[in-house]
Amino acid sequence: MTNSWTDIKNTDLVIVMGGNAAEAHPCGFKWVTEAKAHRGAKLIVVDPRFTRTAAVSDYYAPIRPGSDIVFLMAMIRWMIENDKVQWDYVKNYTNAAYIVKDEFGWSDGLFTGYDEEKRDYDKSSWDYVIGPDGFAEVDMTLQHPRCVWNLLKEHVSRYTPELVEQVCGTPRDRFLHIAEMIGECSSPTKTMTSMYALGWTQHSKGSQNIRGMAMLQLILGNIGVRGGGMNALRGHSNIQGLTDIGLMSNLIPGYLAIPSEKEVDFTTYMSSRGNKPLRPGQTSYWQNYPKFMVSFMKAMWGDSATADNDWAYDYLPKLDVANYDILRMFEMMNNGQVNLYFCQGFNPLLSFPNRAKVTAALSKLKMLVVMDPLETETAHFWQNHGIHNPVDSAAIQTEVLELPSSCFAEDEGALVNSGRWLQWHWAAGAPPGEAMHDTWIMAQIFLKVRELYRTEGGAYADPILNLSWDYADENEPTPAELAMELNGRALEDVYDPKDPTKLIVAKGKQLLNFSQVQGDGSTMSACWIYGGCWNEDGNNMARRDNNDPDETGAFSNWAFSWPLNRRILYNRASADLHGKPWDPSRKLLEWNGEKWTGYDVPDISPTAKPEEVMPFIMNGEGVSRLFSRGLMRDGPFPTHMEPFESPIANVFNAELRGNPVARVFKDDFEQFGTSEEFPIVATSYRLTEHFHFWTKHNKINASLQPEFFVEISEQLAAERGIKKGGWVRVWSKRGAVYAKALVTKRLKPMQCGDQLVHVIGVPLHWGFMGAARKGWGPNSMTPFVGDANVETPEFKAFLVNIEPSTGEAVS
Amino acid sequence: MTTDPNLDSPRTAVSNPPVQPMPANLGAGDVVRASAMPDLPAPERQLTKVAKLIDVSKCIGCKACQSACAEWNDTTPPIEHNVGVYENPSDLGPEMFTLMRFAEYENPETGNFEWLIRKDGCMHCEDPGCLKACPAPGAIVQYSNGIVDFIHENCIGCGYCISGCPFDIPRVSKVDHKSYKCTLCSDRVAVGQGPACAKACPTQAIVFGTKEDMITHANARVEDLKSRGYENAGIYDPAGVGGTHVFYVLQHADQPNLYSNLPEDPKISGVVQGWKGPTKTVGLAAIGLAAVGTLLHGLLGRANRVSAEDEVLAEELVETEQAQPQPREDV
Amino acid sequence: MNIDLSRRGFLRLAGAGVAATSLGAMGFGDAQAAEEAHVRPFKLATTTETRNTCPYCSVACGVIMYSRGDAKAGDKAQILHIEGDADHPTNRGTLCPKGAALKDFVNAETRLTRPRYRAAGGTEWQDISWDDALTKIARALKDDRDANFVAQNEAGTTVNRWLTTGFLAASATTNETAWLTYKVVRSMGILGFDNQARV
Repeated sequence: MTNSWTDIKNTDLVIVMGGNAAEAHPCGFKWVTEAKAHRGAKLIVVDPRFTRTAAVSDYYAPIRPGSDIVFLMAMIRWMIENDKVQWDYVKNYTNAAYIVKDEFGWSDGLFTGYDEEKRDYDKSSWDYVIGPDGFAEVDMTLQHPRCVWNLLKEHVSRYTPELVEQVCGTPRDRFLHIAEMIGECSSPTKTMTSMYALGWTQHSKGSQNIRGMAMLQLILGNIGVRGGGMNALRGHSNIQGLTDIGLMSNLIPGYLAIPSEKEVDFTTYMSSRGNKPLRPGQTSYWQNYPKFMVSFMKAMWGDSATADNDWAYDYLPKLDVANYDILRMFEMMNNGQVNLYFCQGFNPLLSFPNRAKVTAALSKLKMLVVMDPLETETAHFWQNHGIHNPVDSAAIQTEVLELPSSCFAEDEGALVNSGRWLQWHWAAGAPPGEAMHDTWIMAQIFLKVRELYRTEGGAYADPILNLSWDYADENEPTPAELAMELNGRALEDVYDPKDPTKLIVAKGKQLLNFSQVQGDGSTMSACWIYGGCWNEDGNNMARRDNNDPDETGAFSNWAFSWPLNRRILYNRASADLHGKPWDPSRKLLEWNGEKWTGYDVPDISPTAKPEEVMPFIMNGEGVSRLFSRGLMRDGPFPTHMEPFESPIANVFNAELRGNPVARVFKDDFEQFGTSEEFPIVATSYRLTEHFHFWTKHNKINASLQPEFFVEISEQLAAERGIKKGGWVRVWSKRGAVYAKALVTKRLKPMQCGDQLVHVIGVPLHWGFMGAARKGWGPNSMTPFVGDANVETPEFKAFLVNIEPSTGEAVS
Repeated sequence: MTTDPNLDSPRTAVSNPPVQPMPANLGAGDVVRASAMPDLPAPERQLTKVAKLIDVSKCIGCKACQSACAEWNDTTPPIEHNVGVYENPSDLGPEMFTLMRFAEYENPETGNFEWLIRKDGCMHCEDPGCLKACPAPGAIVQYSNGIVDFIHENCIGCGYCISGCPFDIPRVSKVDHKSYKCTLCSDRVAVGQGPACAKACPTQAIVFGTKEDMITHANARVEDLKSRGYENAGIYDPAGVGGTHVFYVLQHADQPNLYSNLPEDPKISGVVQGWKGPTKTVGLAAIGLAAVGTLLHGLLGRANRVSAEDEVLAEELVETEQAQPQPREDV
Repeated sequence: MNIDLSRRGFLRLAGAGVAATSLGAMGFGDAQAAEEAHVRPFKLATTTETRNTCPYCSVACGVIMYSRGDAKAGDKAQILHIEGDADHPTNRGTLCPKGAALKDFVNAETRLTRPRYRAAGGTEWQDISWDDALTKIARALKDDRDANFVAQNEAGTTVNRWLTTGFLAASATTNETAWLTYKVVRSMGILGFDNQARV
């Protein structure tokens, strides 16, 4: 989230599209209720189903799964056509004025540079014209035909309300009504917030869905302001933290990158990360990358990371592909290329697409290790559960170890919420029986492996033997010790580079924040963005002052928010070019002639002059990007792409299937279905009564929603002879499930041009372990393909068929 | 339990529950009415009337109220089946005192679809039909703050309270043959806390406070709904039962039946209402006998079931009893 | 009958039974003997409060765990109840249906309480000690890493990666667990590393 949950009360208009906030985040959704009560805010819901969020909305429109880009680009077109643009914001704070290379273009659903063979773009034309001074060329009048604004106008010109009706199945009048509501928020004193979640990410073009809305928000001037923003409602309690700390194939904590094998040494690695400003005087904060990187390497390997050995650059593994994401790992596993696999609090058998493939893959492992507080389906993938898990145990040669771990109530530490608040919590009890903390388990595994390398030697042992492990009890590092490493400390006395007599921080002291992080090895900091979470003031994540001066919703002394306890990202953009708040009644920051003052920690140097330094300090441009250059694999603007399984051909190019640059493995391509065989669109989701596959272990939650079902329209039920509460069989090219039929008016067939599209809903929560009734989930059927940029699987739009059934045979 | 001046909406939880031992502020001395105990002494004091307001227009149907209710009251609702609807468990029960009921409504006037989700449960009537119907002395009590509570030690499991209830709320347990329903978390209210459901409710569609404050809040909510196009928004606080201490804000107050058959004009059944003087004793006798039957048969779990044979037998008994001098005038 | 009630209606209401005896036998002889009206004793009295945040979604609602016994004081504490923290700025004491039933998660019958091992081709779990389990894991890691570690690619560039072992981390663990996990996994050269952020 750019903003926080409590800030949502400041909005005038909430659009929930690509999510279902009331159902998946009920207590965060409370702040929508508060906005309605405080400001008379309105709530719009756009969703294939009439959800529980829609139940309390002011206006609802249906949309066919996987057609969001059409809706969003049409919205941008409507804003431009009707002059609902916050011009001062667009001109000054976006790259609307930047001139783009002549070679860049779009036709037939594709941008320039497409290579069908490689399923990839040559992105060299997707860039600015760089002038002789080394800076990007701009035309602040927006008259230049090749400026981003004019290219955007041209790009969205295809997306008419009629196209929305035809492709999205959203009635034209509904679309236009929503456009009117949104258009009001182009006023500097009206703000819209976007609340989205996996309804946008779980598509083969998920990142572009989100970009579409981000662009709309920029055009309306709604980024960086109170009550505005792009608010990704993250799904798990610490998914934000794990992303921040980089527990992903290609990440280093603080959004640094694991090197590619092409980056043969540290110098080469850093050479593409200079982040020189693209306009004069801009901050381009990533210029500090080397400091963050070196301090991370010092956190990992301490004295073994030196200037002489390139800060132990060789200790880091190097990527030969973009990343070893879960889809790639399970593809490799299925090909017999993976031997050991660890699942720490993760249940991939139910979470990943194409369960049959996941089962086959796990069956090819030598060893699977599961650490979990609960009995998971993954840990039991080898166990026959009749129709619900019909495996031949004897044929599965995988050894499985199931290790009992603690749950939240039994451990201490910080979780990062969706609004980037690091909140500390405490244990109320001990783990049951022999269950142990994950920190103890990970320490034991490490210490035993290290011991083996110490005694036996072996393949490149240095990074293991030299891993920094400076804990009072090496068997169980404490949360406090680890949190202090995340913050960072001085390894030597650190002096001010401008005044070498001035000591900034003494050796051994915790760093105040990331402004003290050094690139010469004199500091360590595991995750620079967390700088300040535990400094010499103590554990700032444990702060519990819930005062909120002037009720802005900031709660600045509650816990700690990264970066620098900042509550709203890009908050400099809440004021105009001269530093005056766009909306005085919702002031966030103001330039007082000398510095920035206000309710939040400025997201800019406190003394950066307003007309000179632009608000988006992480970007080399200093401004936000309506045109994303080559930063995304599938285009600098969002262009409509159908799901890989769709009943409708791409309206721009019938030859295109799905996202033309999404990675698809060969076997998986062959397992895509077509609408001849599978005429019905299915979409998957959570229900409010359950959290993933955990709460089915809870008796109360199991009673609130006991049994797997699918939601279908009355029309489809009539067509197929399906009875309310009766059994149905649903199947895709990859698998079948049995479910109870929930026949409802909340789903209706959609008229897309001359085609009537039926959509069914498949909730996520059932398996074969726990207190609830045994059942299945959507992932027995979902396709094995991910987003082109981040590989999030396409769970939200796939094709199935459905028929009445006499039951699941066993029940 | 007051309205927070900083908020447009009242909050149930203004402070966390106490953990130090403290006396309950709700006791025998606060009882204004008790079943089958007509000569109850007047209460020592009059507590402020309380109410739980359920604003259906803010309800997201998340069932947090059900969950919090079960958790607080240590009940174990059954794990049933999906029968093609969102209601689960399928009905109120001795282990589930509140239930979200989901109604799908195509509004013919606006052309909009509406999902009307109502939290069902005890309404805590000012004039409680259950209490009036109950033959067991002290099994149902009403406190001066308006809470109607079941005292299970006195319950005989006859099920009369169900028939006496115009909202069909109480349910008799097949395990212990006692009748159960929402207590309005009398144990929490007694220490200054709001009910568990109201505290949990994410959107604060359920709020708890004095009845006066809740009416004020409800009126403001009705105004807001009218401004959003719900011309017939209003309060459901039915006069037929003297008003209730759990009441609703409805988008369509003119059509309460849209909300999973919320009764238009609930009244205590004529059977119970007219049951005074000698007839009450007659009824009491019949029920007493029924209950004894249950006890004698070793708690067979049939307190609510009536066979044809039973019916004939009982009918005779009633006829006979009526003709005879009343054995227990003081009851 | 002297009042307006049908016999059938009355009977339905009575849920009539069969035995014939006097009301006195029911213990109704003296109305005053009825149990005095009372409310349930407040169950949180004398419990210990510990603050936490809900482990489910990313709203991170504040919760208070009420236990018998104080874990901080070294007691074997038992969690009796979990309720929203009214002081928390985000949830202000409210909880959703998952959060309101957190106690059920903590005390679920399907919580794991001891390490278990499933042999290749096995149909049942076997108990295994922690030490044996961890030794087995460490041995497997070492052997696989030594056998499959890629020090250099075909071009002769140092790549120091290990692709035959993968690790999925948990997005409900703390930052501190995550950091320790990161250190262990990365120091071994594992690239098949992911968490729920991807899905």
